[in-house]
Amino acid sequence: MLNIQYFASLRETLGRSSEPLALPSEVNTVAALAAHLATSRGGAWEILQDTTQVLVAVNQTIVDRSHPLTGAEEVAFFPPMTGG
Amino acid sequence: MLSVQEADFDVAALYAQLRSTARNAGAIVTFTGLVREFYESTEAGREPAVQRLVLEHYPGMTQKALMAIVDEARARWDVLAWQVIHRVGPLDAGDQIVYVGIASTHRGDAFAAAEFIMDYLKTRAPFWKKQHTAAGAHWIESRSADETARARWEKR
Repeated sequence: MLNIQYFASLRETLGRSSEPLALPSEVNTVAALAAHLATSRGGAWEILQDTTQVLVAVNQTIVDRSHPLTGAEEVAFFPPMTGG
Repeated sequence: MLSVQEADFDVAALYAQLRSTARNAGAIVTFTGLVREFYESTEAGREPAVQRLVLEHYPGMTQKALMAIVDEARARWDVLAWQVIHRVGPLDAGDQIVYVGIASTHRGDAFAAAEFIMDYLKTRAPFWKKQHTAAGAHWIESRSADETARARWEKR
């Protein structure tokens, strides 16, 4: 199971903070996961494919969209950071 | 010393601690970030907004991201001792929000390491600010100037 987390404005836009997800067999990268969620759910979820508005961390490290997924990771989607 | 906390911090006590930890230091740089007063555009002009900032973070990632930034700074510069504090939760205008303290043999390394940590922290550590004003609440947008400040440290 993937453990997917959503933060800040994205959590509010999508209306959820986390969810478990069984990774479909054809989905094996971050980009493919974002496309899967965007196309299967539509609407607000399409924002996940916007690489400037949505960043991704896998197992608490920021990664490129080409990063591989095996299905057991913690994947977090969030907007660009605004700390400091 | 790394801390992500709701509580305020005492810069004088932190400085004293840094000074006693790094006994051979020739330079200590401390940086403190404060919550600025925000302004709203109204019909009467730009009015100070009754406001509060709420800092959200990604608890599982925050420490890891900040340690990676500190480790990179320690690899690049002579860092004898260091402190990073970032507050989360509700904050008001004028409150202290972030602190970086660096002790080094020479001032150049202390300045550079502190600035590097701040520039990376603003764009690579998972914190988000939500602003609450009389007109409502909204998430603060990231600034391209912050990303530009970070990118200049990239090795060519």
